[in-house]
Amino acid sequence: MGIRVQAGAFDPGAELNALHAANVGVGAVVGFVGYVRDFNEGREVGGMFLEHYPGMTEKALGKIADEAAQRWPLLRLEILHRIGRLEPGEPIVFVGTASAHRQAAFDACAFVMDYLKTRAPFWKKEDTGEGPRWVEGRDSDQEAARRW
Amino acid sequence: MIHVHYFARYREALGIDAEQLAWEEGFARLDDLRRHLLARGGDWAVLGERNLMCARNQELCGLDEPLTDGDEVAFFPTVTGG
Repeated sequence: MGIRVQAGAFDPGAELNALHAANVGVGAVVGFVGYVRDFNEGREVGGMFLEHYPGMTEKALGKIADEAAQRWPLLRLEILHRIGRLEPGEPIVFVGTASAHRQAAFDACAFVMDYLKTRAPFWKKEDTGEGPRWVEGRDSDQEAARRW
Repeated sequence: MIHVHYFARYREALGIDAEQLAWEEGFARLDDLRRHLLARGGDWAVLGERNLMCARNQELCGLDEPLTDGDEVAFFPTVTGG
């Protein structure tokens, strides 16, 4: 299990490959990459700033990872989330799961993202043509987390 | 002493990211502390928002969470990472 919160960029391909890392017991790797879009709710986005709650962030992600590991037979789980200034097109989050069979890897990856969206203390502030704007939480994210 | 943190939109609205409050017997639950802060009036009304989230000692919790002298509390709007 790995939890990383960092300002620096990452390579999604390298992260995905590392989940296998010559472990021949791994039959399935699932990776999710979230990117910064250049639009949101009909407005252009020129970039964003990611704020978080140092200390709580690592604990919250660790708790989500522990729960995923209890619910599915995972061989590896990686959560990487960036903070600070980000430009459109940059990867912002990576969740990767590895297991013997695909269903556990798919389900655990979706579970981690749904929980992360609702329980991990990150906030996005977008630069729009009308000035900076905090992104508001979505009801659909809350509903997605409730299905687990 | 209670250590209180404010994040994101709340931090900006309040113009403060953290403060320390002397412990009071009336702070039995997190909501008692929230009401104490709301009573400051003005911008503090953000702590009355329906979607307010809170944490005690860096763990998400509800407003009925019991408080203890020395706790770290945080108030913030709904999270939007990912």
